[in-house]
Amino acid sequence: MQVSITSKPLMPWQELQNYQQQQTALYGQVGATTIFIGTMRDINEDVAVTQMELEHYPGMTEACLKQLVQQAVDKWHLLDVLIVHRVGLLKPNDPIVLVAVWSAHRAEAYAANRFLMEELKARAPLWKKETLSNQQTRWVEQNTPGHHDAD
Amino acid sequence: MSIKVRFFARLREQLGQSEMDLSATAVTTVLQVWQQSTRQPELATNILAAVNMQYVHADHAVHDGDEVAFFPPVTGG
Repeated sequence: MQVSITSKPLMPWQELQNYQQQQTALYGQVGATTIFIGTMRDINEDVAVTQMELEHYPGMTEACLKQLVQQAVDKWHLLDVLIVHRVGLLKPNDPIVLVAVWSAHRAEAYAANRFLMEELKARAPLWKKETLSNQQTRWVEQNTPGHHDAD
Repeated sequence: MSIKVRFFARLREQLGQSEMDLSATAVTTVLQVWQQSTRQPELATNILAAVNMQYVHADHAVHDGDEVAFFPPVTGG
């Protein structure tokens, strides 16, 4: 299990490859891997966004993510979890977050990944400040709900 | 009693400071830390609070050496 915050460009596929190479103890046990990658869009609430600054609370963000991973491990049979979240200055198309879950079966891998992503968005102390195409800046007020009826 | 107070994101910008050391004798709750550090009587319901990096409610007790943080709704992910 690993959570990390990075101010460097997040390369999710490379992160996954590097992480999976360390999972030698899981050889033969993994039946399902679910991966969520969140990326920055160039539009939000109908306004063009040119860049975004992601602020976090060093220490609390990591502690919060570790608690969420523990909750997921308590709730489902999971073999491994990796969460990496980007902070700092981002441009459209830059990856923001990677959540990967390894399990024996897909139902648990899917459910735990969804849980981790929704809880991260609801609880992890991270804040987005957008720069718009007219150079004005604005803080994102709140995250949109991630349930099926709001997709 | 010495409390480290931290502000983040929009709140940090509005207050014009990211952290301060609060030395006080009559502070027992998170709400009182808010009142003394910001000079604002009310803690808005959409402001979140944490003590030592754990979410708490406004009536949570604070102790000497605690780190108390206030911030707006989170928008990560």
